[in-house]
Amino acid sequence: MELLLSSGLGVVTACGVFLLLRGRTFSVVLGLSLLSYAVNLFIFTMGRVTAGAPPVVTEGAAAYTDPLPQALVLTAIVIGFGMTAFFLGLAVRAYGESGSDHVDGTEAADRPEEPR
Amino acid sequence: MNLPLIILLPLLAGTLLAPLAARHGRNSAAWTVAAITAASLALVLAEAPGVIAGKALIVSWEWLPAIGLNLSFRLDGLGLMFALLILGIGLLIILYARYYLSPSDSVGKFYALLMLFMAAMLGIVLSENLLLLVIFWELTSISSFLLIGYWSHSADARRGARMALAVTGGGGLAMFAGFLLIGSIAGSFELSAVLAARDSIHDHPLYTLALGLVLLGVFTKSAQFPFHFWLPEAMAAPTPVSAYLHSATMVKAGVFLLARMYPVLGGSIEFEVVVTSAGLITMVFAAYTAVFKHDLKGLLAYSTISHLGLITFLLGLDSPLSAVAAVFHIINHATFKASLFMAAGIIDHECGTRDMRRLAGLWKYMPHTATLAMVAAASMAGVPLFNGFLSKEMFFAEALELHNLGLLGQIAPVAVTLGGVFSVAYSLRFIHDVFFNGEPRGLDRKPHEPPRYMKVPVEILVVICVAVGMLPGLTVAPLLAVAARDVFGAELPAYDIAIWHGLTMPLLMSVIAIIGGSVMYWLLQHQYRLHMSAPESWTAPQLFHRAYDGAVKLAGRITGFLINGSLQRYLALLVATIALLGLSAFLQHGYSAGELAPTAPAPLAVVVWIVALAAALATVALHRRRFAAVILVGVVGLAACLTFAYFSAPDLALTQLSVEVVTTVLMLLALSLMPQESPAKSLPTHQTRDALLAIGAGAGVAGLTWAVLTRPHESIAWYFLRESIPGGGGSNVVNVILVDFRGFDTFGEIIVLGIAAIGVLLLMDGMRPPPAAGARRGNSLLLSVAARALLPFALLVSVFIFLRGHNLPGGGFIAGLVTAVALVIQCMADGIEATRRRIGTGGAALIGAGVLIAGLTGAASWLFGAPFLTSAHGYPELPLIGKLPLASAVAFDVGVYLTVVGSTLVILSRIGAVRSQAAVTAGGRA
Repeated sequence: MELLLSSGLGVVTACGVFLLLRGRTFSVVLGLSLLSYAVNLFIFTMGRVTAGAPPVVTEGAAAYTDPLPQALVLTAIVIGFGMTAFFLGLAVRAYGESGSDHVDGTEAADRPEEPR
Repeated sequence: MNLPLIILLPLLAGTLLAPLAARHGRNSAAWTVAAITAASLALVLAEAPGVIAGKALIVSWEWLPAIGLNLSFRLDGLGLMFALLILGIGLLIILYARYYLSPSDSVGKFYALLMLFMAAMLGIVLSENLLLLVIFWELTSISSFLLIGYWSHSADARRGARMALAVTGGGGLAMFAGFLLIGSIAGSFELSAVLAARDSIHDHPLYTLALGLVLLGVFTKSAQFPFHFWLPEAMAAPTPVSAYLHSATMVKAGVFLLARMYPVLGGSIEFEVVVTSAGLITMVFAAYTAVFKHDLKGLLAYSTISHLGLITFLLGLDSPLSAVAAVFHIINHATFKASLFMAAGIIDHECGTRDMRRLAGLWKYMPHTATLAMVAAASMAGVPLFNGFLSKEMFFAEALELHNLGLLGQIAPVAVTLGGVFSVAYSLRFIHDVFFNGEPRGLDRKPHEPPRYMKVPVEILVVICVAVGMLPGLTVAPLLAVAARDVFGAELPAYDIAIWHGLTMPLLMSVIAIIGGSVMYWLLQHQYRLHMSAPESWTAPQLFHRAYDGAVKLAGRITGFLINGSLQRYLALLVATIALLGLSAFLQHGYSAGELAPTAPAPLAVVVWIVALAAALATVALHRRRFAAVILVGVVGLAACLTFAYFSAPDLALTQLSVEVVTTVLMLLALSLMPQESPAKSLPTHQTRDALLAIGAGAGVAGLTWAVLTRPHESIAWYFLRESIPGGGGSNVVNVILVDFRGFDTFGEIIVLGIAAIGVLLLMDGMRPPPAAGARRGNSLLLSVAARALLPFALLVSVFIFLRGHNLPGGGFIAGLVTAVALVIQCMADGIEATRRRIGTGGAALIGAGVLIAGLTGAASWLFGAPFLTSAHGYPELPLIGKLPLASAVAFDVGVYLTVVGSTLVILSRIGAVRSQAAVTAGGRA
C-alpha cells in the first residue's frame, strides 16, 4: 500500500511539474491542479493512512486516523480552488488583452533562451 | 533623568519643527532650531558640575531585553566633552548657515537634516548600550549621506554622498559585528559590564578579530588611511555641513569610539601597533597631500585627515598623558578647523571660487575675516600662544616615548616632525595664497566683507582658540581632566599644561617644524611654481568608483539573467532550486527506508492507482488537446477523492468531490474563451530539461513519502481526539479543529478565498471577450426543468450537511460547496444570465457578510473576557426537538459557508458573464 501511495504521488507530481513548465497558460493551470492533488495527498499521508478509522469520536472505536492533516488539507483544497479560479481568470484576461495565451503574454517570447 | 531628552529634543522637535518654521522664513527656522539646540545644551550644562565632580550619570529603560538592546544612556566626562562640542559648535553652525544658504536652498530641509544628524551624534556619545550606539552610528552615516548630498542636483554631491555612505556605513557594519563579539564575550552590551569584562575580552581567542572589526568602524568613520578617500569627496557638501561634520563632529565619532573602547580593547600590543601606525601614516601622508591642494576646502579636508591621524596615533599609545593630549587635541582641532571651514565658506561666498590659484590679496578686501582666518591657521600650524600649539607639543612629547615599539619607536619622532613641517607649510599656504600673494585673478565680482553676523561664529571660535592657548588652566583643564580619565580608564598622574616647559626636545621639534615648513612653502612657491603643479589624484576614489560601477553592472547582469521576462525560466529555476535543496538534505543525512514492513495493497487500491497514473500520464500526453486534458485531470481528482474516502477521511472526500465538480465547470467555462488547442512549439532541449526536472521532483516526492510511511508515527492527534467533545462540543474532530482549535487559521483562509474571488471579479471587469469564443448553443429544456426541481433539494442537503458537520462528516466548507454545485447545475441548465437574474448578483456581498459573521463571532468572545475566537457550547433542552447540541462555533461556520458560496458565485458568474457577452457578439456576427 505504501508503495502504491509513494509511486502514485511521485508520478502525479512529475506530471504536474512538467505541465507547470509548459509555455501556455492553460497547461500551467492543468499542471497546477495536478500538483495540488499531489501536495494535498502528500500532506494527508504524512498523518499515515488507515482504512476504516475516521476521526469521528464514537463509543467503542478502537483507533482513529490523525485528524490534523485532514483539517489542513480540507482548507488547502478550498484554497486550491480559489487559486485555480484566480489563475483561470488571469489566463482569460491575459488572452483577451494580448491575443496570446503564452505565459509571457507574447508569441515572440516563446524562446526564453534569448533575454529580451 | 533628562539624558534621553537631550537627544529627543533635536531628534523629534528639531526635525519636525524646522520645516514648519521655515515656511515663515529663514530667520524663524534658524531661531527655532537654535532654541532647541540651546535647550539641549542647557540640559547638558545642568548635569555638567556633577560629572566634572566625578559622578557618571547612567539611566536605563528596557527596549528589547531579549537581544540585550536597552535604552540606556550614560553621561561621563568623555560624553560631556563631546556633547558640549556637538551642541556648542552646532549652535554656531546654525547661525552661520542662516547667512550661508542662498534663498533658493530649502532651509527647512537643511535644518531638519542638521537636527537629525545632531541627535544621532548625541546618541553616539551618550549611549551606554553598545547596540544602541550602533543604531545612532548608522543614523549618522545616513543623515550625513543626506547632508552631503543636500545639493542633490549636483553630480559631485551625489557621488560624494554615496561614497561617504558606502565607506562609513560599511565600516559601521564591521563595527557592529565587532560589538556582537564583544557583547557575547562580556555577556552584556551595557558599557559598564563591558568595561568590567576587560580581562576576559583580552584573553579571549576572538579578541583580535573583535579588535579588527571595531577598528574598521573607527578608521572608516575617522577617515584613516587607507579609508580616507571619502572625506575629500564629501567636500561637495555645503560648507556649514563640512565645518560641522567633517571637522568637529562626524569624523570625531571614530576617535570618540576609539577613546570609548580604549579601556576595553586598548593596552595590548596589537592595539598599540595597529592604531599608532595607522595614525602616523595618515598624519604624515595627508599633511603632505594637503600642501598641493589648490581647492581651499580640499586643503582643509586633507588637513583634517592629518589631524585625525594625529589623534588616532595618540589614542593608540599606552600612556595616560597621551590620553590627555588626544582629548585636548580633539577640542582644539574642532575649534580651529570649524572656524577655518567657515572662513573658507565666507571666501567662497564672497568671491565665487575656492581655487587658491585665483584667490589672492584678499587682505585688502576683507581684513576682518582675514585676521580671524590667520589666527585659526596659526593655531592649526601649532604656533605658540594658540591652542593648537599646546596639544601639538604634548603630541611631540608623546612621540618620543615609544620605547617598547621597536623600529616604530625610532621612526615616530622623525615622522611626526615631518608631519609638523607639512602642516606648517599648508597653513602658511592657506594664509599667504589667499590673503596676500598679489591680486585676485579673474574673479567675476569684487570681494567684500560678509554680513556682520556671518562672522560671529568664527569670532567666537577664534576667541576660544586664543583663550585656551593662553590660559589653558583656567579654561579647559577641568573638563579635560575628567574626559581624559574616562579615556584612560584610571586615575591620571599629575601633569601640567603650559606654554613654557623650558628648552625641551618637543620645543625643538616645534621650532624645526615652523622653520622647516616656512622654508618648504617658500621653495615650493618660488622654485617649483606650486600653482602649476597638477598633483596626480590619488587613485582610491577611482578604484572605489570602478568597484562600485562593477558591482552595479554585475547586479544588472545577474538580474538580467534571472529575470528575463520568461515565466518558464522562473518556474524552472524555482523547481530546480527546491529539488536541489531537497537533494542536499538527502545527501547530507543519507537516505534510507524506515523499518516498518509495508502493508499489502488492497485490490481496489491497485485499480485506483492504475486509473490515476494512466490519467495523469495521459494528461501530459494530451495536454495540447485541452478539452480532453480537463476531463483527464478530473479523473485524477476523483482518484484523489477515492483515496481520501478509502483512508478514513470522509470530510476530505466530500470536499474534493464538490470542488472537483466546480473546478471542472470553471475550466470548461474558461476554455470556451480561449484556444481549444495548444500549438506545439516547445524546443526539444526544453522538453528534455523540463522532463528531467519533473522526474527529479517526482522521484524526490516519492522517495520522501516512502521514507516517511515506513517509519512509525508520532503525532499530537491524541490531544484533539481527547479534547474534541469536552473542549469543542463536537465529535467530528476535523470540523472541530477547523472551527474551534484552529479557528484563526480558518478565518484567514476564508479571507484568502474571498480575496481570490474579488480578484477574479476585478480581472473580469471591463474584459472584452476574446475572438476565439464561439457562439452559444441552445439550452437543454429537459435539464432546465430537472435542475429547477433539484435546486430546493440540493439546498436542503446542504443545510443538512452543514448542521451535522460538528458531529459527523460535513460542515461549512462542504455545505458551501454543495450549494455551489447546485447553483452550477442551474447555470448549466438555464445559462448564466438567467441564473443571475433569478438569484441576483449578491456574491460579493455574501463574501463580505461571511467574513464579517466569522469575525464578529470571534470578537464576541472579547465581551466575555476571553481571547479572539474562544468558543462556547451547550446542550439546551428545547420543546419538541429535544436536546440540541449548540456551539458558538456554528455561527463561525455560517460565516465560512457564506464566504464559500459567495466566492464560488462571484467567480462563476463573472467568468460566465464574459462568456455570455462573447456569445452575444458571436451571434451578432453570425
